[in-house]
Amino acid sequence: MKNNLTQVTLSNGLKLLLKEIHTAPIISAWLWYRVGSRDEVAGRTGISHWVEHMQFKGTQQFPANLLDRSISRDGGTWNAFTYIDWTAYFETMPADKIDLALRLEADRMLNSRFDPEEVASERTVIISEREGNENEPLFLLGEALQQTAFRVHPYHHEVIGDMADLRAMTRDDLYNHYHTYYVPNNAVMAMAGDFDTQAMLTRIRELFETVPAGSEPARLARPEPPQNGEVRLSVEGPGTTSYVQVCYRFPPASHPDFFPLSVLDSLLAGPSNLNMFSGGISNKTSRLYRALVDKEYVVSVHGGAQATIDPFVYTITMTIHPSRQPEEALAALDREIKRVKDEKVTKDEITRAIKQARAIFAYGSENITNQAFWLGYAEMFAKYNWFETYLDKLSAVTAREIQRVANEYFKRQSRVVGTYVPLEGRHDGK
Amino acid sequence: MTVNKLNSLPGPDDIYRAVLPNGIVVLTRSNFNSPSVVVSGFFDAGALFDPDEKLGLAEYTVAALMRGTQKRTFDEIYNALESVGASLGFNTGIHKSGFNGRSLAEDLPLLFDLLAEALTAPAFPKAELERLRAQLLTGLAIRAEDTGDMASLVFDQILFKGHPYSRPEDGYPETIRNIRRNDLVKFHREHYGPRGMVIAVVGAVKPEDALRQVKRALGGWHVRAQKEAPELPPLKMLKKSVSRHHRIRGKSQSDLVIGTNGPMRRDPEFMPASIGNNILGQFGMMGRIGDVVREKSGLAYYAYSSMTAGLGPGSWEVSAGVSPQNVKKASGLIVDELKRFVQEGVTADELADTKANFIGRLPLSLESNGGIANALLNIERHNLGLDYYRRYADLVNEVTAEDVLNTARKFIDPGKLVVAVAGP
Repeated sequence: MKNNLTQVTLSNGLKLLLKEIHTAPIISAWLWYRVGSRDEVAGRTGISHWVEHMQFKGTQQFPANLLDRSISRDGGTWNAFTYIDWTAYFETMPADKIDLALRLEADRMLNSRFDPEEVASERTVIISEREGNENEPLFLLGEALQQTAFRVHPYHHEVIGDMADLRAMTRDDLYNHYHTYYVPNNAVMAMAGDFDTQAMLTRIRELFETVPAGSEPARLARPEPPQNGEVRLSVEGPGTTSYVQVCYRFPPASHPDFFPLSVLDSLLAGPSNLNMFSGGISNKTSRLYRALVDKEYVVSVHGGAQATIDPFVYTITMTIHPSRQPEEALAALDREIKRVKDEKVTKDEITRAIKQARAIFAYGSENITNQAFWLGYAEMFAKYNWFETYLDKLSAVTAREIQRVANEYFKRQSRVVGTYVPLEGRHDGK
Repeated sequence: MTVNKLNSLPGPDDIYRAVLPNGIVVLTRSNFNSPSVVVSGFFDAGALFDPDEKLGLAEYTVAALMRGTQKRTFDEIYNALESVGASLGFNTGIHKSGFNGRSLAEDLPLLFDLLAEALTAPAFPKAELERLRAQLLTGLAIRAEDTGDMASLVFDQILFKGHPYSRPEDGYPETIRNIRRNDLVKFHREHYGPRGMVIAVVGAVKPEDALRQVKRALGGWHVRAQKEAPELPPLKMLKKSVSRHHRIRGKSQSDLVIGTNGPMRRDPEFMPASIGNNILGQFGMMGRIGDVVREKSGLAYYAYSSMTAGLGPGSWEVSAGVSPQNVKKASGLIVDELKRFVQEGVTADELADTKANFIGRLPLSLESNGGIANALLNIERHNLGLDYYRRYADLVNEVTAEDVLNTARKFIDPGKLVVAVAGP
């Protein structure tokens, strides 16, 4: 896996990772910026995501419609994602057409227009995006959990932002945010696919090295203080189905405990899939499925581990069985959590988790976009080496470590339990 | 070193096709770039066979296949699969049911064993069926609250009134409650069999190995009285526009679906319609529809057009999620675009853009094992020929603006549209 990878940092601080893969005539280019909702203060929540939208609204050289048209015409696919820790833009193109993507990314690192009329029309588009999210019970519940789990740390709010801020932010707020964070020394460019590294390197230098470095963006330093006592909350809304979400404190991806916790996640709830472009596997023989779904407390259960810069949360989501109460499901969950704290897991369970991770890695490597994604993604919270050594680190996990992290992280006094209470009353299944 | 473009597309020289004596068609293509394999396929046991009062039976049956077989319990089946990081799942459409599985190449024999057991020897254990029923009913309760799902469902009910396509494959709560174990046993006995089954195997396996494994797993399967699918009744065309608002309380956004009939996959109009549809509501940021509803008016996060073109009559629809107070305004803009589409057709520039887009994006859609497997199944289902993806560029390039306009006019009458809305 280490073959064909070149890492270079340009004079303006832009870090490059280039990996040649000659399996299909395709190249995927990703530009990652170290900015996300973690960089937002009250009054400007959602600004990183809105800036991402504005990056599709054009520069002098590439007006909005031309941009879109050129990429699509060449049979490319492009998109962008804003997360709590980062914002990423990608283009996957036929190999002989990638130059367009590079020119575009170099240009919009500096020259996006943020035309006031476009800002106004995008405001209602994003409000509509948020309204669509609000249609979903699990969005409403997840948002309530997150703002409860993080009182101080900016992980407090959802990436989409609060409606009040979406209505109030100005064009200048957006433009300042853009200029503060969209500088080469705050970015990573990752490419994988059918190219020659030396030629590509030369071209990237031509296009990107002229973009001046900016000041190192200041970061909010507001670590979340310890939580001393379980918090329970409820959200009421339309529907007939109840949901319960439980979130526990989770270490950052760069922490050594992330690996035993990943194995624990795998055997409790089925492996979380960190690939962005290939699905995971079912979890019907995970401990929680057996204890909760087979025993008919819930109709589905899922766990979600995420790789983040600062400590985040691990969330277990349960869709409650129509003939059960949320409290019964929670009690059954607690019995399973107690079991991983009291008893060591077996060697077989660990072996199984590692094999699952190996298979999911193989599925992810079928696709060049996904491989390019990993090059930059890993850089956002660690180094690419994190990804390359991931399976080895999982393989080194012991049953004793798993028991230790279960006791350390799955603590009742630092968790938040949220229930979605459907207003149409309980669905009785008859 | 660069990769030759045309040779990366599947074609007669690297797709292997075989027909087993019991009728199963096997298609394989090797890809040793990653140590994984995909197995996908379909068979003739779709929701078309469901009685009205037991709608959802085909879906209930596929969902139950892995809940226990003559050899293994539910837990044993999934333990075998999940222990090696493999997956296998079944699904249902109107005409066909299907399956998708994948594993590391070393575990392919296991995947075939489980596939064969599930298809040929399901046990339908009673307790598991009741668990499944609660899950299906919860799924329907969630569907009832989903504005997008409900707008689509209402759209199909109106457009395909009196036709089996008006029925949702997942049924209704009352029809799911009507289904008994014996219904599943009977459905399986009458409709499951090798005739009409197609299996694609793509990934890190040689074609002869793949074929041998399919033979070993399913070559001995014979079913004497596999029933023929019922004939589709003729479609009743709309005489005027029909609107319906399905009320879902407490939601912050409404979904709307506006549209009409579309071509079948095998119709000569399919390609011109696809190209027209791309211009109408897909190209770039959701085509003309996206430009008017999202970019210019800021009314919606998503607004796009789509076609469903399968073995029977299709649909051609525009979907959008908008604030409840903007439903009327957005609908007006969409209908205006449909009028413009059938009056003026598409420009030479738009046509050139879409043709380049269709041809250029092909390697990307065929990149993963799953993408290739879908392509192989598509070839077989619609009899497109093994060289289809090599001929694809020519098929796209021969479409003229006039073809697009004629096709648009044939299917879309702005005075006869279905307008389905779900929301507050």
